[in-house]
Amino acid sequence: MNSAAFFVITILTLAAALAAASLSKLIHAALSFAMAFVGVAAFYFLLGAEFVGLVQVFVYVGAVAVLIVFTILLTRREQESTGAFNWGGVVVAIAVFGGLLWAILKTQSLSLAAPEIEPLTVKRIGEVLMTDYVWPLQCVGLVLTAALIGALILVMEEKR
Amino acid sequence: MVSVAPTKFAMARTPSPARETRALPNPNEGHAMTPTLSLFLIASAALFSIGLLAALSRRHAIFILIGIEMMLAAASLNFIAFWRFGPQPQQPTGVMVAIFSIAIAAAESAVGLALVLAVYRHYRTTNVDQLDQLKG
Repeated sequence: MNSAAFFVITILTLAAALAAASLSKLIHAALSFAMAFVGVAAFYFLLGAEFVGLVQVFVYVGAVAVLIVFTILLTRREQESTGAFNWGGVVVAIAVFGGLLWAILKTQSLSLAAPEIEPLTVKRIGEVLMTDYVWPLQCVGLVLTAALIGALILVMEEKR
Repeated sequence: MVSVAPTKFAMARTPSPARETRALPNPNEGHAMTPTLSLFLIASAALFSIGLLAALSRRHAIFILIGIEMMLAAASLNFIAFWRFGPQPQQPTGVMVAIFSIAIAAAESAVGLALVLAVYRHYRTTNVDQLDQLKG
């Protein structure tokens, strides 16, 4: 595991996430959001979970970012006032980050290096999905179907 | 339980010498320069805090959804990191949780964006501060 790659990915991801959280134009924020999730997928590749990284790119950059862009296009009528920035949120976020940082740095057993592992193949993931995790898989399928129908019903025009 | 744990460690450690010989040309291998688990956790905590910042300080409903997605991604990153650095990486438990969490997050964002569209049709705004009809 390369440490230069780690720092490059970290800086890229956090910069894109900060841009997505702070840019005033919605389209720019949505594209920064896609960039941040490419960075998260790069984290997954670095950690040896290539399948999850690919799923992340397909689902977030391919589907969710496009969905967000379409929603922005469908709702952009008035430009929202960006002047009133809520500083309470900044204080809460910094406090949460400080608390998490304190807890992570205080725990001694977390500073361990990565062990050498067998590469996780897609075949193994498929076998586990079809044996140990078959009930969660079915439930997720049900949830996705219900979400699809629910989103359709929410967006459908009301006929009078 | 106590007698089982050392054998598990032994089974997990036995394949490592063969790989260390293969990984010898890399001088950083096993050095303090390789990223540790706490570095990944700090990166994930930073991503979570940025998501929290977006969800709390922005007025636009789509930004709040973006912040929630970032927090979910930070949680998935934690799962993957703990799986990779954990004592039993043969069981892909963290990977499975991350996959299911991505699926649930996709469903959540689809329903959330549909709600934003429905609210926009009804109120002609996406500013969450103006959606105060339930205020007493």
